[in-house]
Amino acid sequence: MKWLRKNLIAIIGILVLVYLFVPIAVVAILSFNEPAGKFNVAWNQFSLEAWQNLCGVPGVCQSFLTSIEIGVLATLAGTILGTMIAFALVRYRFRGRSTTNLLIFLPMATPEVVLGSSLLALFLNLAFPLGFWTVTIAHIMFIISFVVVTVKARLQGMDPRLEEAARDLYADPQATFRYVTFPLVLPGILGAALLGFSLSFDDYIISAFNAGTLVTFPIFIWGAAQRGIPVQVNALATLVFVLSLLVVLGAQFTNHRRRRKLESAV
Amino acid sequence: MSAPSGDEVQDLRLVNLVKSFGDFTAVDELTLTIPAGSFFALLGPSGCGKTTTLRMVAGLEAPTSGQIMLGSTDITDEKPYRRHVNTVFQSYALFPHLDIFENVAFGLRRRGIKDVAGPVNQMLELVELGPMARRKPAQLSGGQQQRVAVARALINQPGVLLLDEPLGALDLKLRRQMQIELKRIQTEVGTTFVHVTHDQEEAMTMADTVAVMNKGRIEQMGPPVEIYDLPKTAFVANFLGQSNGVVGAVQGRSGDDLIVGGPGGSYNVPAARSTRQEGEILLGVRPEKLSIATGGSTSSVPDRHNRATGKVTDASFTGVSTQYLVMTTWGDEWTVFEQNRSVDLLHPGDEVVIHWAPEHTFGLDVPAGQ
Repeated sequence: MKWLRKNLIAIIGILVLVYLFVPIAVVAILSFNEPAGKFNVAWNQFSLEAWQNLCGVPGVCQSFLTSIEIGVLATLAGTILGTMIAFALVRYRFRGRSTTNLLIFLPMATPEVVLGSSLLALFLNLAFPLGFWTVTIAHIMFIISFVVVTVKARLQGMDPRLEEAARDLYADPQATFRYVTFPLVLPGILGAALLGFSLSFDDYIISAFNAGTLVTFPIFIWGAAQRGIPVQVNALATLVFVLSLLVVLGAQFTNHRRRRKLESAV
Repeated sequence: MSAPSGDEVQDLRLVNLVKSFGDFTAVDELTLTIPAGSFFALLGPSGCGKTTTLRMVAGLEAPTSGQIMLGSTDITDEKPYRRHVNTVFQSYALFPHLDIFENVAFGLRRRGIKDVAGPVNQMLELVELGPMARRKPAQLSGGQQQRVAVARALINQPGVLLLDEPLGALDLKLRRQMQIELKRIQTEVGTTFVHVTHDQEEAMTMADTVAVMNKGRIEQMGPPVEIYDLPKTAFVANFLGQSNGVVGAVQGRSGDDLIVGGPGGSYNVPAARSTRQEGEILLGVRPEKLSIATGGSTSSVPDRHNRATGKVTDASFTGVSTQYLVMTTWGDEWTVFEQNRSVDLLHPGDEVVIHWAPEHTFGLDVPAGQ
């Protein structure tokens, strides 16, 4: 009983982690399965078939690459535009500033179904051909919102004296931005970009409305789900998970090493 | 960019400097010359305009009118990154993403100086932070960060170094240490230091010249000893140290002294130590200039001394001295500092005679509302 009371927090923590990771583990395990029927839901037999033949199912790799292309493009454009908007909103006083602040929030607050269908109506009215670019434009739109909110918070949290100190130390406005403001805001921008990419990569609703005949990865999986999801999808998903895990671990490790080096240096 | 020159005498001159924020005048017609190489303190309560003055000299705030001259150059409208003035900020404002070395090298790099290692290491030696070069600011203690801020500004060999309440965030012991340290650095490098502070003891300890500011104007300026000994206004008398005061009217002269009649008797003050020679004046005297006599010893009070009678209301023993509060017969509370030369302390309720030499008295204009 006493032991339980002492370790309760650890036990709850482990349970929460289990809750978070069991679904991912199931996806990963089933990527080594050779399903008995059409649906990859029950363990049947170990197989490396999906891993050796990642693109074995027609369309799966094509849709995966399409999603990455759209994700990278939309993230780049959304991050650049969003960062500039955030700077304008924090640094300058202009007419319509508070209205802009409010409007920026709208794409985040509006249900995706509404956003997706309205955009579709807009593109149809403009006779804009649906496909790669309409999806990209739609993604840029909601990524901007997230970037603005993240970068704005970072900028507002920055001590204005840091930029004054830079100006005092012979940095002209360009140099102040390059050597002080930008490096300090960069972690916020990177965080916003990562968030933007993952939002774009797994967006289904808005993409489905505006994709026309284009097939993104989520759209492919949705379609495949009707007929039975190929094991390759599990393999690709596991691959994405492992890659992002490596990125995070890598960052942690470098940080840790840098700190260790610093401490031993003194 | 004005080139750093060690030879040219670069006095800092403020001429009729004004800064208004809307209806509020933060700095009011300030005219001031700070000689090159001096340690100058701008002392005043918060909101008196001292930080605004400093920021105008740094170029971070544009004056409403007036002129700022460094040596023979008018720098009033010069961009902050083009004037040869550097600042030690109140919160240090060290760049958190750069290590100590790069923080200190920042100014040199921006001026296009390639070989920074020599000067930076030399500067880090001066502030005794050599081994910390590769640490980030967050890994340093408050006192160390403070020294980095000084090094980062000083390495540029500015015509004037501005210090904005640089010791405000440090605890008392560290503050004392840094006061001595800053004074040592200033003597070593010989740069003009303009130090803004609301701590009168700090200003007096460090500065060659102290300017007491109030409501956007300079009330009095001079060497600490001088303005402490002979304040010219009631504000200075009370802001720079403590003082006791009594209002009286000039009744006549005796030699070089004015004879002032007030509650509790008449007092002498040297005419040269009074801002007014007739009418109502406020007489003041510092607590440590007062002596206390009791009962039998009152006969030993020198005849020429000013004296006041009263009753001890509080005695606080602080080790080297004891601080007494004495209620005078006319109902003012005076503060008296007595050196603890003997162990016989007075107690609340004791009847006493306070006395002091006329030459320790000063006469001031009676401030409005008193």
